[in-house]
Amino acid sequence: MQPSSYGQTSSDRLDGVFAALADPTRRAILARLATGEASVMELGAPFDMSQPAISKHLKVLERAGLISRGRDAQRRPRRLEARPLAEATGWLDAYRRFWEGNFERLDAVLEGLKADKKRGRSKR
Amino acid sequence: MRNTGNLKLSARGDREIVMTRVFDAPRSLVFDAYTKPELLKRWLGIFGGWTMPVCEVDLRVGGAYRFVWRGSDGTNMGMGGVYREVVPPERLVNTEKFDESWYPGESLITATFVEQGGKTTLTVTMRYESREARDAVVKSPMEGGVAQSYDKLADLLASSPEFRRSERR
Repeated sequence: MQPSSYGQTSSDRLDGVFAALADPTRRAILARLATGEASVMELGAPFDMSQPAISKHLKVLERAGLISRGRDAQRRPRRLEARPLAEATGWLDAYRRFWEGNFERLDAVLEGLKADKKRGRSKR
Repeated sequence: MRNTGNLKLSARGDREIVMTRVFDAPRSLVFDAYTKPELLKRWLGIFGGWTMPVCEVDLRVGGAYRFVWRGSDGTNMGMGGVYREVVPPERLVNTEKFDESWYPGESLITATFVEQGGKTTLTVTMRYESREARDAVVKSPMEGGVAQSYDKLADLLASSPEFRRSERR
């Protein structure tokens, strides 16, 4: 990650984050890491999946900046990186919620207009 | 996962955000609600105590519009622009700039209204002056709440069926 070019790379990063989040196994891995760091073995345990397959998922998450490796050279634990996730959820949650709110109110306005029209009061 | 209605929202290319939403009303009504001040004031940006005391619309090519929202603490937030294309009830193109903008330049907003079977699909394309400006808009809502979003995502992930299944094994 390059903190100095954060603004410029943020769009590519978002693409990577969304692609990484699109897979259920990877979401489950992130959910596990949300409770604390874990080794590759520990992460792979709940899944009927080969070690290489898990490693592949971890690589995708790592490339998206969603996880990083801890200090312990032997266990090489993975841990969750907060910032890209926050960026993605910020976009998903706050921006989307703002417009959803607007459009839900617009729905209500339109219902009112339709009712007015039915009653023949839409002449203004 | 939270129900997100039928709003589709995505980044397109370097400089755009595209938003699509279907409304259960003919497009003449949607266009009205989108352009008439007395209707706009009832839905656009009014949440959490914000009202829209100023909503002026001169709906013609070259005509200006001006919106000001006021928060419950008295804070004002204003924005405005000029209409570039006005084709009721199917298309509206306008510039947009906030008074105290947190991103460079003005944006160009294109709204199209397509009616089918009494329902209207509204597509809004927001084109910013640069990738940096677009990204600033995308990022802006979360600046204050990084940790909060992170917690929320952790909750969301933890409640996903895949995760619960993996826990049970």
